[in-house]
Amino acid sequence: MPRLIETAACEGLLPVVLPEVRLSELPFAPVTSVAAFAGKDRAVGTALRKLGLGWPEPGRSVRAGEAACLWTGRDQAFLIGAAPEGLAGVAALTDQSDGWARMRLQGPGAEAVLARLVPIDLRVAAFPEGAVARSGLNHMMMVLMREGPQAFQIMVFRSMAGSAVHELAVAMKALAARAALG
Amino acid sequence: MRLTCPLCGERDRREFTYYGAAVYADRPHAGAGPDAWDDYLHLRDNPAGETRDLWYHELGCSAWIEVTRNTVTHTITATRLVAERERPAKPKGRGRRA
Repeated sequence: MPRLIETAACEGLLPVVLPEVRLSELPFAPVTSVAAFAGKDRAVGTALRKLGLGWPEPGRSVRAGEAACLWTGRDQAFLIGAAPEGLAGVAALTDQSDGWARMRLQGPGAEAVLARLVPIDLRVAAFPEGAVARSGLNHMMMVLMREGPQAFQIMVFRSMAGSAVHELAVAMKALAARAALG
Repeated sequence: MRLTCPLCGERDRREFTYYGAAVYADRPHAGAGPDAWDDYLHLRDNPAGETRDLWYHELGCSAWIEVTRNTVTHTITATRLVAERERPAKPKGRGRRA
């Protein structure tokens, strides 16, 4: 039997730690795209509620412990950190676990770092805890969620992990350098 | 320039891709005559006033959006999902959408 090497999406790239902000990779979790079949919205909502979650409104997430359901597009959500039990037959399910690099940007400087790369208002009044946005991280497609007052989850295509870490690290270092000037 | 995605809200223009006049969403049926296809592919109105365009929220939620704007004032008056737009009252030789 060949021995396969398991590597994380951001293997060798993270963490990047600076005084005001830290970028780290999230632990591996299953990611399933859930798209309700026509007329099955209620059944999908019921199945998700049995997992302690629910169908998220546009731009929102439903979270329970380590599991979360993130709105990711019209009639589409990502179920993360939980197996899609009870959803087969009522929704189109696609396992995307290996397709995404998932990161956490955390610290008092997190908003300022994202402000350099993301063209939306991410202040807590406009983008509160649990809010989700499909937007761009500079030129990359991204799923962004606010986890807390100073913490964001960032998802980009796994093939973009290196570019995403580079972009974020440059913004983090530029802000730290500017702060050091006083 | 900013566009309002019906799902995501107001977003920067760089998140969107332009796809031309909204009649591009009214594809003729497969058996339509050459005139209908010629019209669909090549003929576009050039109004001074209200017009409708297709935009794709590419760097966002992947929704197709119909944007109503005024070519004289540059005002954008409405956006809606292509999935929710009504068929034109008189198809003018164009076929049904699947």
